[in-house]
Amino acid sequence: MTTGINAHRSEAVGHDGFAHLLRAEWTKFRTVRGWVIALGAAALAVVLMSFVSASGNRFSFCPTGPSSCTSRHLAVPTGPGGEPVTDSFMFVHQPLAGNGAVTVRVASLSGSPVGGGPNGTLRAVSQPVLAPWAKAGIIVKRDLSQGAAYAAVMVTGAHGVRMQYNYTHDAPGLPGAVAVSSPRWLRLTRIGDLITGYDSTDGSHWSDIGTAQLRGLPSTAQIGLFVASPAYFPSGSNIGNPSVATASFDEISVRGDLPADSWTGEAIGANAFYPVLSTASGWHRLSRNAFTITGSGDIAPRVGGSIFNGDTGTSILVGAIPGLIVLIVVATLFVTSEYRRGLIRVTFTASPRRGRVLAAKAIVVGSVAFAAGLVGTALAEVVAHHVLITNGNYLLPVSGPTEARVIVGTALLLAVAAVLALALGTAFRRSAAAVVTGIVLLVLPFILVYTLPAGASTWLMRLTPTAAFAVQGTQPSSPLVANAYTVTNGYYPLEPWAGLAVLCGYAAIALGAATWLLRRRDV
Amino acid sequence: MREALHAEWTKLRTLASTSWLLLSTAVLTVGVSAAVVAASSYQPFGYQDTPKLSLTGIDLGQVVVSILAVLVMSNEYSTGMIRTTLTAMPRRLVVLAAKATLLTGAAVAGGIVAVGGCLLAGRLILPSKGFTVPHGYPLLSLAHGGTLRAAGGSVLYLVLISLFSLGVATAIRDSATAVGVVLGLLYLFPLLAQVVTDPVWHRHLEQIGPMTAGLAIQATTDLHSLPISPWAGLGVLALWAGAALATGGILLRLRDA
Repeated sequence: MTTGINAHRSEAVGHDGFAHLLRAEWTKFRTVRGWVIALGAAALAVVLMSFVSASGNRFSFCPTGPSSCTSRHLAVPTGPGGEPVTDSFMFVHQPLAGNGAVTVRVASLSGSPVGGGPNGTLRAVSQPVLAPWAKAGIIVKRDLSQGAAYAAVMVTGAHGVRMQYNYTHDAPGLPGAVAVSSPRWLRLTRIGDLITGYDSTDGSHWSDIGTAQLRGLPSTAQIGLFVASPAYFPSGSNIGNPSVATASFDEISVRGDLPADSWTGEAIGANAFYPVLSTASGWHRLSRNAFTITGSGDIAPRVGGSIFNGDTGTSILVGAIPGLIVLIVVATLFVTSEYRRGLIRVTFTASPRRGRVLAAKAIVVGSVAFAAGLVGTALAEVVAHHVLITNGNYLLPVSGPTEARVIVGTALLLAVAAVLALALGTAFRRSAAAVVTGIVLLVLPFILVYTLPAGASTWLMRLTPTAAFAVQGTQPSSPLVANAYTVTNGYYPLEPWAGLAVLCGYAAIALGAATWLLRRRDV
Repeated sequence: MREALHAEWTKLRTLASTSWLLLSTAVLTVGVSAAVVAASSYQPFGYQDTPKLSLTGIDLGQVVVSILAVLVMSNEYSTGMIRTTLTAMPRRLVVLAAKATLLTGAAVAGGIVAVGGCLLAGRLILPSKGFTVPHGYPLLSLAHGGTLRAAGGSVLYLVLISLFSLGVATAIRDSATAVGVVLGLLYLFPLLAQVVTDPVWHRHLEQIGPMTAGLAIQATTDLHSLPISPWAGLGVLALWAGAALATGGILLRLRDA
């Protein structure tokens, strides 16, 4: 009977005991002035680093919105839905009044990437390569301005025939590449605000690819032939080059009212920021109904990455790293200094259940790291955003919840990293080894991704604790745009929370090992 | 000085961690290099600096060297040994010089093994990844001037990193903080340089960072496009190491132990 009572009492003491334990550990932490100062320094480091990295980015986009734009400023066009888009291509066009249809045969599409050598030199490319999303076909566009509503049917470099409209909508038509031996006939019809695309392999048997509704399309719209060739990324390369594509069109026929009745060629968006070659003489009329058109550019959603000059302000990321290093040092010292001073013996005499001591330490150090991280990251986000915009950088839009996820996620990253460092310190009992292991696990992969081939970088960002930086991923991607979707451009291989879970896994394993070692060792 | 060297040599040699750390320097450096080389492949676009690629492991190896260097000093403070040391050898700068000399020797020994292993791994693995003579990539060899500079320079780089770490540890005394400061200074410059797009800032950051400037010594091609020339880069790291040692030395003289 007495044993039962004792067990009950010790359990009651245990519950009460954990609160006391937390309090004891919190007292140990807050009474070391150096550690409290270090927490503040960690938050400050996040803000300062973000400020410095933001200050080192300068461009010539409009600083405060379209109203302040001058002709010297670059501007990113926005599509009908208000989303940022790329809209640069070679357009041979004329107005079409009312309903009508355009039919054409595309007999060939070829291309090559250009440029990209060191020091801004153009590098000759050994063999012509067609960009996978090089486009040639028929387009109906509201007007000639960038970002205007459109619908188009086209042959592409590697994605067969497509019907696309308003930058984000896409439907597949006939598969396979276009060649002289297998040409493609394309047709676009306009009835009111409905545009329908058709394709055919022989010009007599047609299939319907899709219909686009372009709301508010005026009765007179621009119709014509277009060629675009987006930035080309050799496989496995982070470096994109502008590219050009050339298509030959013949058997052009137009049904409908053509008030001008003459074709004019124009490079749309050639002076806007996009890797485009100027194609001053990009079109040649071969006969009454045949053209050769050479174009560069793309008609697609805007994505991030260095070549597109697209960023969401993720330079906050480097700000987290000095904060991370400071927190790793503090969290490690939180336990190793007990070993060094012999305080650990007192601690374990007072609370013999060592696993609970470690748990209390982990909660304390995780919470303070989270608090410091949250303050630092939130401030850094505001500061970096302001500095980047003032310096004329274009920032891709990020939704409020996403922004909140980046801030809270980064604070959680710092908290879990601190717990990992604590566990390493407990396992090693030696500060230097624990600090170095923590920094090597969390920071070194980030250095390596900039020097390693893309494939190896991707695996590093999946398997190492650095995967947690995926919580800072905000760059938009699109299957309609070929890009180096790599870590160096802000694209992480894991989903945000999955990345954080990888770090949590490491921390859990380290905590488990540390608990086991604590119980097994004398001190 | 001879007695000081002898005393420090005894301390260094009789610690099991010294040989373990030197061994790990070599193993980790060669391991990372071999993995990186194995993960890369020949691309028709752009030229890969294969000697530099084969020496990527130094990024990790330098960390182990800096632990060794930090511990040489901060262990004395954490155990209280420093009082005995300074009682026996009251000329404190001689103690520091003796430690620096021995660390140089240790880093050279570990560095030669590590760098040799890296080049051997590159020589064996690179051809199977398409980096062959027909593609314009001769076998890695020390007979090639650029490769010799990259290899010898990498050993010197490790030496300077160890001296830099010793200086920081002498100034800071606590091992965790010293190691944090060393790795922070090494790693922050390359990270910052990557996110800064302004070309002038980018260049300056790479010119002043101890790691970014020092590792310029590994480049064998496209030297004119480097932010800093190879030997000047190593000179920048030497300045960092000298400044750290000077600060450490002054503090060591001025402070109570």
